[in-house]
Amino acid sequence: MSQLDCTWADSPGLVGALATVDHKRIAIRYIVTTLVFFALAGLLALVMRTQLARADNDLVGPDLYNQLFSMHGSAMMFLFAVPVMEAVALYLVPLMVGTRNVAFPRLNAYGYWLFLFGGLMSFTVFALNIGPEAGWFSYVPLAGPQYSPGKRTDFWAQLITFTEVAALIGAVQIIVTVFKMRAPGMTLSRLPMFAWAMLVTAFMIVFAMPSVMLASTFLITDRLVSTQFFNPAEGGDVLLWQHMFWFFGHPEVYIIFVPALGMISEILPAFARRRVVGYLGLVIALVSIAFLSFGLWVHHMFTTGLPPLGMSFFTVASIMIALPTGLQIFCWIATLTTGQPVRFATPILFVIGFFFIFVIGGMTGVMLGASTLDQQLHDSYFVVAHLHYVLIGGAVFPLFAGFHYWFPKITGRQLSERLGRWNFWLFFIGFNVAFFPMHILGLEGMPRRVYTYSAASGWEGLNLLATLGAFMVGASVLVFICNVVLTLLRGTRAGDNPWGAPGLEWATASPPPAYNFSDIPVVQSRSPLWEENFPVATVAGLPESVPTVLVTRLHDAQPDHVALLPAASLWPLLAALATTVLFIGTVFSPWALIWGSVPVGITLIGWFWPTADEARRHREIEIRPREAEQREVAFGELSA
Amino acid sequence: MNHTALAPGGPFAERIVDLFWLFGVVAGVVYLIVIGFLVYGLRRRPAGTEPVMAPVSATTLRAIGVALGVTGIVLVGLAFSDFLGNRALAHVPPDALRIRVTAHQWWWEIEYQDPLVTRRVMTANQLTLPTGRPVVLELGSRDVIHSFWVPSLQGKKDLLPGYTTTLALLATRAGDYTGECAEFCGFQHAHMSLDVAAVPPDEFARWLDVQRAAAAEPETDLQRRGREVFLTSSCRACHAVQGTIAAARLGPDLTHVGSRPRIAAGTLPNNSTNMAAWIANPQAFKPGARMPASPLASDDLGALSAYLGSLQ
Repeated sequence: MSQLDCTWADSPGLVGALATVDHKRIAIRYIVTTLVFFALAGLLALVMRTQLARADNDLVGPDLYNQLFSMHGSAMMFLFAVPVMEAVALYLVPLMVGTRNVAFPRLNAYGYWLFLFGGLMSFTVFALNIGPEAGWFSYVPLAGPQYSPGKRTDFWAQLITFTEVAALIGAVQIIVTVFKMRAPGMTLSRLPMFAWAMLVTAFMIVFAMPSVMLASTFLITDRLVSTQFFNPAEGGDVLLWQHMFWFFGHPEVYIIFVPALGMISEILPAFARRRVVGYLGLVIALVSIAFLSFGLWVHHMFTTGLPPLGMSFFTVASIMIALPTGLQIFCWIATLTTGQPVRFATPILFVIGFFFIFVIGGMTGVMLGASTLDQQLHDSYFVVAHLHYVLIGGAVFPLFAGFHYWFPKITGRQLSERLGRWNFWLFFIGFNVAFFPMHILGLEGMPRRVYTYSAASGWEGLNLLATLGAFMVGASVLVFICNVVLTLLRGTRAGDNPWGAPGLEWATASPPPAYNFSDIPVVQSRSPLWEENFPVATVAGLPESVPTVLVTRLHDAQPDHVALLPAASLWPLLAALATTVLFIGTVFSPWALIWGSVPVGITLIGWFWPTADEARRHREIEIRPREAEQREVAFGELSA
Repeated sequence: MNHTALAPGGPFAERIVDLFWLFGVVAGVVYLIVIGFLVYGLRRRPAGTEPVMAPVSATTLRAIGVALGVTGIVLVGLAFSDFLGNRALAHVPPDALRIRVTAHQWWWEIEYQDPLVTRRVMTANQLTLPTGRPVVLELGSRDVIHSFWVPSLQGKKDLLPGYTTTLALLATRAGDYTGECAEFCGFQHAHMSLDVAAVPPDEFARWLDVQRAAAAEPETDLQRRGREVFLTSSCRACHAVQGTIAAARLGPDLTHVGSRPRIAAGTLPNNSTNMAAWIANPQAFKPGARMPASPLASDDLGALSAYLGSLQ
C-alpha cells in the first residue's frame, strides 16, 4: 500500500463505513437511495395506472388514491429527481475537475444522512397511512388545518424541510468544489460541461429552495401554532402559497433538467468523437435558462384570474426559454454532423431517445406557456403528459444514458449491452404508449388527479393503453435492475477509459482509488485526454501523509494553497440523527424546536471539537522556514 | 356528453382551439426539421474514429445562428398570437347575463343574478345558457380552491376563497355540454361535474320562468307523503325547497331537482331508483361526500324519491 492509500482509506468495518467522508462512497449510497425511492414511487404510479385502466374501477378508493399521487409526485420530485442529479454530481464533479474530495466532506456525509432519514420517514408514514394527500404542491387551503386535519400534511411539509436542507448542502459542495478545487490549468473556459451545468444548478438551488422552505414553514405554523398566513377569513391569502411555491417550483424543474443537459454535453461528444460544438454558447444557454427560470413561475397560475398584461409578460418569459434550450439542441446536432460516425451503444441510445421525447415536451411546453392555450390545457391530463415528457424525456433518459456511460468508471465493470438495449426499447416504447395518449385525454376534458371516471366519458380506451405503456416502463426498470445486479456479479471488466472519452474522470482507474488521482494532472485543454501526451505535467509537493487538496484560484485555476480536509467521523451521522429527531418532533409539538436543538447543539460541538489528532495533522503540513524554498520549487514546476 | 376542447360550442373555445392548431402545426413542422437533422447527423458514414479536435467551421456556426434566429422569430409570432387570443378571452361584454357560481366540496351552487332579489334563481350542478347571449360568471368558493372548466365553451378559471374571479361564456351552438372541477379539491374531486345546456333564447326565458316559480305542489298521495318525509326528517337541515319551510343552504337547492339530468354533481343519472339509493347511502357512491346516510324505511324512501322527482 502506498502512502496515499494509507492516508485516504477508511477504517474497515461498520464504523468505517458509517464514518466515511469519501465523496464516492457517499455519492454511491446517495444514488442507490434515490433509485430505491424512484422504484417505489414508480410502483405507486403502477397502482394508479391499474386503478385508471377501467372506468368506475374500485381497486383503490379516493383516500388511498389521493395519497398515491401525492406521494408519487413528492417522492419523484424531492426524493428522486433533484437528489439523484446532485448525487451523480457529488460523485463526478471532483473527478471531472481533478481533485480528491468535495470541499466539505463531513457536511457531505451529514447531507446524505439527513436525506436518507427524510426519505425513510416519508415512506414509513406513507406505509402507516399518514402519507401526503394534497398533491405534491399542496395548495392551501386544502392543505391547511381546516381541510387536511391529522398529521399527513405535516409530514409532507417536513419532507420538504429534510430534502431542501440536503439539497442546499449538495449545492454548496458543488459550488465551492468547482470554484476553488479545480486542477491547475482548468480555467473556467476549460471546465467540463457537466460541471458547468451543476454549477448553474447549484446556484439555482441556493436561490430557489429558500422560497419553498419559507412557504412550507408558513404552512407548518398555520397547522401547528395557528398562524393565519393562508386563511382568507383572517386576512391570509391563498394565492400567497402558489406564488411562493412556484417561485421555487418552476426553477425546480430546471434544477432537474439542467444537470441532464450537462450529461448530454458530456456523453454525446464522446460518441460523436468530436469536441462539443459551441462550448461558449452552451454555457451561456445554461446560465440564461437559470435566469429565465426565475421569471416565469406565474405560468402555473394562469387560471387564477390575473390581469391579462401580467399573463402576457409571463407568457413571453416562458416561451423565450425555448431559445437557450433550442441552442443546446442545435449545438448537439452540429456536434453529431461534424463528428465521426456514432457507435450505437446504450448511452447514446438513451441520448437519442431524449431528442425524440424531449422535443415533444418542449413543444407542449410552449403551448402551456401561452396563457390563452394554458387556460384550456391547465390541470388536465395534457399537463400530466407534458410534465412526464419533459421530466422523463428531458431528465430520466439522459440520467439512464449517464448510468450506462459512467457505470464502468464507478464499478469497474461494463453493463451488458444486450440488456441495455432491452432496457432502452422497453422504456422508449412504453413511455410513449403510456404518456402520448394523455395529451388527447386532456384535450377531451379529463382533469388530472381524478381517482376514477365514468364509462360515459369515453376516456376508457386511451386510459387502458396508457396503463399498458406504464407496465412496459416498469418492465424496463426491472431489466435495468437485473442488468446492474448481473454486471456487479459477473460483468466484464472495464478499462480506465472504455469509451475513449476526453474528460478527466477517465484519466484515473476504474473504480477510482479513495484519493481519486495519484498525481493531480495539470490541464491544458477542454478535452484533456484527447490531447497528445496527456498529462503534460502533474502537481508535485502535495503532502501525502494527511488528506489534503490543492486549492486554486476561481477564474484561472492557478494554485493558491494546500487545504487540509477533515478526517472521517461519526459526528455527521449523529448530528443528522439529532436533526431528524428535531424535524419529526416539530410535526407534533412546537416545543420540539426548543428541546430538539439541544442534542443538535451537542452533536455539532462534538463535530467541531478540536482534537489532538487534528492539531498534529495541521502541524504536518505547516511550511517551516527551512522547507519554504523547497516548496516554492515544487509549485514552480506547475507553471513549467 | 360533450366535454372535448376540440369541438367548440362557442367563439371563446373556438379561439383557443384555433390557436391550439396553429401552435400544433408549427410544433409539428419544427419537430420534423429537428428530428430530420438529428437522423442526418446519426446516419452519416465518414471514415475514422480519431477524435475531431478542429474548431468548428464558420458554416456550421452560421447554420446554428440561422436556426436560432428562425426559432426566435417563430416564438415572437406565437407569443403575439397568444397575446391577441388572451385579449379576446378577457373581454367582458357589457350586456352580459350575470351568474354567480359558488363552489363547494363537491358541488356547484349556481345563482342567476337579477336586480330584483325575488327574481334570482338558485340551482345546483346545472347551468342553462341562452345561445348567442354572452354570460359572465362570477366565481367564488366556500371552502378550498376549485376550477370551473367546460372545455367545449371556454378555458378554465379558478374559484378561490377570498377572491371573486370572472369568466365570460358564449354558446353559439345549442346542445348539452359537460364541465368538471379541474383543480384538485380533496376527496371527491373526481365527482364534481356540471351539466351545461345551451338553449335558444326563448326556451331559456321559459326555463328561467319555471325555475323562478316555487316548487310544484305534490299531485299524488305518494308525493305528498314524500314531502312530509322531506320536511320531517333531516333533509331540510341542509337543503332548501322554495315554497316550503325548508330553506337551508348547506347543500344544493332542491326546488327543481327533478329537472336536472344528474344528481350528486354528476355522480349518478337522475331517476327515482338512483335518487332513493343515493339518499339511503350517499357514501356508497361518493365516499367522503358531506351528505350523511338517511336511515329511512323503504316506503318512506320511495315516497321521498317520488316527491323529489316531481319537483320539475
